[in-house]
Amino acid sequence: MSDFISANAPKFGSVLSVIFAFFAVLAVLFAIAGRANGKKARPIALTIFLGPALLLLLAGLVIPGVRTILFSFMNPDSNAFIGLDNYRWMLEDPNIKVIMINTILWILVVPLFTAALALLLAIMLDRTKRESIPKSLLFMPMAISFVGASIIFKFVYEYREPNEIQIGLLSSIVDFLGFTPSDWMLTKPLNSFLLMVIYVWTQMGFGMVILSAAIKGVPADIMEASALDGAKGWGLFRNITFPMVKGTFIVVLATGVVGALKIFDIVRTMTGGNFGTNVLANEMYSQTFVQFDQGKGSALAIVLFLLVTPVLVYNIRSLKKERSH
Amino acid sequence: MAKAAVAEHSSGRKLFSSKIAGIVVWVTTIAWTVPTLGLFVTSLKTDEKILNEAWWVTLFKPDFTFDNYKNVFFGNGTESLSTGILPYFINSIVITLPATIFPIVIATMAAYALAWIRFRGSDFLFFSIFALQIVPLQMSLVPLLLLFTGGAHIGTVQIFPALGIAGDFAGIWLPHTMFALPLAIYLLHNFIASLPRDLMEAAHVDGASHFTVFRRIVLPLSIPGIAAIAIFQFLWVWNDLLIALTFASGTEEVAPINSKLSSLVGQYGSGYTQLSAGAFITIAVPLIVFFSLQRYFVRGLLAGSVK
Repeated sequence: MSDFISANAPKFGSVLSVIFAFFAVLAVLFAIAGRANGKKARPIALTIFLGPALLLLLAGLVIPGVRTILFSFMNPDSNAFIGLDNYRWMLEDPNIKVIMINTILWILVVPLFTAALALLLAIMLDRTKRESIPKSLLFMPMAISFVGASIIFKFVYEYREPNEIQIGLLSSIVDFLGFTPSDWMLTKPLNSFLLMVIYVWTQMGFGMVILSAAIKGVPADIMEASALDGAKGWGLFRNITFPMVKGTFIVVLATGVVGALKIFDIVRTMTGGNFGTNVLANEMYSQTFVQFDQGKGSALAIVLFLLVTPVLVYNIRSLKKERSH
Repeated sequence: MAKAAVAEHSSGRKLFSSKIAGIVVWVTTIAWTVPTLGLFVTSLKTDEKILNEAWWVTLFKPDFTFDNYKNVFFGNGTESLSTGILPYFINSIVITLPATIFPIVIATMAAYALAWIRFRGSDFLFFSIFALQIVPLQMSLVPLLLLFTGGAHIGTVQIFPALGIAGDFAGIWLPHTMFALPLAIYLLHNFIASLPRDLMEAAHVDGASHFTVFRRIVLPLSIPGIAAIAIFQFLWVWNDLLIALTFASGTEEVAPINSKLSSLVGQYGSGYTQLSAGAFITIAVPLIVFFSLQRYFVRGLLAGSVK
């Protein structure tokens, strides 16, 4: 125990002193700058309020982003330009082809499935009496890390030889239904879809909660009026509910696309990108930090960036539109 | 009158309540919860049962043990886990607290400036910051790591000194702070910009500086928004793997629990007891945060995506 304290006391000490120093600096700045008045007051206030954020964004995102663009045209150690070789490699390498197909599968299957399931459950929740308990249980996986979720599903997908007892839920169910379970993580292309299930499991609750709020925002009198007009079931959904929540549905889809594009933790933890399950973000990490090829890693990061951009541009556009109203 | 309106409103909802909806919801809920329950029961299984008995069988003839938790927390002398995951757990706390506080404070200040200090180009700046969300983490990792280890050069001229914080806690706090800013500034801006204008103007008429307004008016009124975003950031940092793998060398000194956990995967046999208990310890913290602060959590979510 005393070992433990002596090993960890410095850590806590440094955290507390760093946090204290952070607030102390702010307090001093506020006290001094707060006295300035007249013409200088506004520029000083702007510098102190906005300066730190801009500096960090510049050093953390803008400049590194530009450097990554440059690195993508350079050799593994980023000390000589090699033109488009890294991009040419991407087009020619058969592994990258598999990775691209998988990534496209992720961005097609995951957002659609997540959003559709979320919408279905949001509608059903609206018609359920005690909705708060199922709602919070369905939402709960959102708080779990992808690593944690992967381990949870590692036990679900666990496979034992046929002469042993199946301790994985999936294998047991398949066994129970009279089929022969297989080693799920090695079975192509099923394994990729099983990894997607993990993502859907963690993120569906997000979509459900915001869609559920959007549905609650549909005025009750509109629902009642259309019900009196004889709309029900599918017709009510198609003509009233869905048009009213379409904007939110698209937000859920877009979030899903961006999340699926960047997926890394699940693939890294479950298969390490092996057995035909590799995706872009994981390959980027492997090229950079396992193969130590900053050129190829950077080129992959650029592709990721180019794929994310249209979705986010769409988001920014709709935000601008919203603001101009 | 008000009561009647409420009753009418809920009867409008009742028109559509159906048994099928309830069944679909509850069946999905059970399916959604079972995997986590499975992990929890597995983590309580004894060593000999871990590979020989399915957890749902164990559930009905309980023979539970907390040994796995003891071993995984304090170590059991095996090579992969000689000292247990407790040091990593502490690292996670040491990483998460500043990496939550710093970006939230800096973002709140920036959001205030963008919303309430008038200057030319403030709208453009706001959209630029929002647009920075486009830049994926992956695009910053290598240059940022190089900046930490070697500083920045133009040609052979050093324009920025090596920070020497790679593999240090500061080297993890800083990237988390940087990457959190675009979204945090955007969300906090929405919140702070909606505060009543009269209040600010009255304070300025009374001679209050921006610093006083920020401290006395904006901060107290923004607490709900700040809390919601802070919870998000806390969970994000606690659950992160990519930044941890990149900026924390996987050592006991700085690596967080999540990256340790991911390195434990792939060990079979008795490793399974450690893995299940370790995973449950790791997810317990976010789950406690989630269930105790759920209201703020949902509010933050809604502020961010529906508005």
